[in-house]
Amino acid sequence: MKFLRKFAARIVGQSIRIFARAITAVRADWQGIEPLPRQRVYFANHTSNADMPMIWSVLPPAMRRTVRPVAAADYWLKNKLRAFVGPEVFNCVLVDRRPEVNDKPMDKILAALDEGSSLIIFPEGNRNMTEDPLLPFKAGLYNMGVARPDVDLVPTWVANLTEIMPKGEVIPLPLICTVTFGAPLHVQEGESKDAFLKRASDALLALRPEVRG
Amino acid sequence: MSSTTADILLLALGSFGILIALTVLGEVLRARQPVHEPNPMLDTYMTRVQSWWGMVAFIGIALLMGKPGIMTLFAFASFAALREFLTLTTKAQADHLSLALAFFVVLPLQYVFVGLGWTGLFTVFIPVYAFLLLPMISALRGDPKRFLVRVAETQWALMIAVFCVSHVPALMSIDIDGYGDRSVLMIAFLVMVVQFGDLLEYFFGRRIGRTKIAPGLSPKTWEGLVMGVLSAMIIGATLNWITPFGVIGAALMAGTASFVGMLGSIVLAAIKRDRGVKDWSHLIPGQGGFVDQLDSVIFAAPIFYQLTVYFYT
Repeated sequence: MKFLRKFAARIVGQSIRIFARAITAVRADWQGIEPLPRQRVYFANHTSNADMPMIWSVLPPAMRRTVRPVAAADYWLKNKLRAFVGPEVFNCVLVDRRPEVNDKPMDKILAALDEGSSLIIFPEGNRNMTEDPLLPFKAGLYNMGVARPDVDLVPTWVANLTEIMPKGEVIPLPLICTVTFGAPLHVQEGESKDAFLKRASDALLALRPEVRG
Repeated sequence: MSSTTADILLLALGSFGILIALTVLGEVLRARQPVHEPNPMLDTYMTRVQSWWGMVAFIGIALLMGKPGIMTLFAFASFAALREFLTLTTKAQADHLSLALAFFVVLPLQYVFVGLGWTGLFTVFIPVYAFLLLPMISALRGDPKRFLVRVAETQWALMIAVFCVSHVPALMSIDIDGYGDRSVLMIAFLVMVVQFGDLLEYFFGRRIGRTKIAPGLSPKTWEGLVMGVLSAMIIGATLNWITPFGVIGAALMAGTASFVGMLGSIVLAAIKRDRGVKDWSHLIPGQGGFVDQLDSVIFAAPIFYQLTVYFYT
């Protein structure tokens, strides 16, 4: 039974990847790093629920096997299908966003890093529904950088998803999606939380492709 | 084997022969090139030759499969081209449904009409029905911001990527007396004269080009263009046996298609320059996108189609 579930998860994962490729021709642009299986935290802009599957789809197989997206438990445990796809297909680290819960998200994230996994996180905390390109970052990225200073923090820009799948639409538009990986960051000696988060946010924004419209 | 099939195979063999010659030429030049001196012109030439190998193989197989093969190939090319074009255009969430309809309804219907040979419908379906109905759907969502820009750019995307491209397979539906099932060969004729015209335009432009046609937009020169069009005419005249045009007619049709295609390619360069991109996408490695690849053929196809219908039916 366990074997069957694993097999099903692989099939679903491949299908998601093929679907993403067929619709959006999604492509990785390795600007600041090489596609090597090092331990990394990919921090990305978040405009759509499809962001995470897009990043996941462009990673080469060896990197995809060791990467774990950090995602909200309330979203991924909502029904049986999601509870299969989130934890088993994408191998998500599920965190509880409710403040009253004892289960601290950072403990789970650090535990995942300590077992050698790479992570995908969305430091804005929520999907960005505003006209601004990025919302202010939450402290999580800084805390990870301080607690595990050896891990590369890689800015990752997902382009065009707002147009491909705006909130409230059902049919995805087949437009070209590009995932751009920038140069890795680390928290510097004595760098304050605000200074680091500002630097990280600027590094992510700098990856935004310039298309004049 | 029918005579049409035999002719397709003959053309494919001829094209392979030319491609082998071009590939060998490139490799000889590369072997004589000192390793430390980069030669971007030679690299460009070699990537072009490589993509032509692919193109000849795909179009050759599609031609042999007949109508279904050609339809599938060009419908897919249209889809890829429309995706590249609409990625760069101005749009709002209010356009989401009309854009989805453009991809999933207008594009397939256009190819269905072309496939069924409903000439009266496929020549007006996009410019009349799609152009008038899609803006209504956008307008119903009530977002006036940059409305005209959004509508106009979407229409241009459909015009270029679907309407124009679909006129290549539409050549099959032209009914010419005494030409029978050979109209599929006109596709080979159009693609070959336009592509060879482009190749020779590039070659002569590098050799004797002085006067830029559109400085700041494109490296194309008038000298290169004239030589390219003349070469296309000679190739067209040589290939007249696969057309219903006769020797002089084939030369004139080839020259016109080549000339329109080259200027069309400058139009596409202007759009790319305006949007600040070098290529339409990265779908074809080292070569850019489908729009880059189809390039001159996009503009040549509808004109070639209309002239054929006007003068030869």
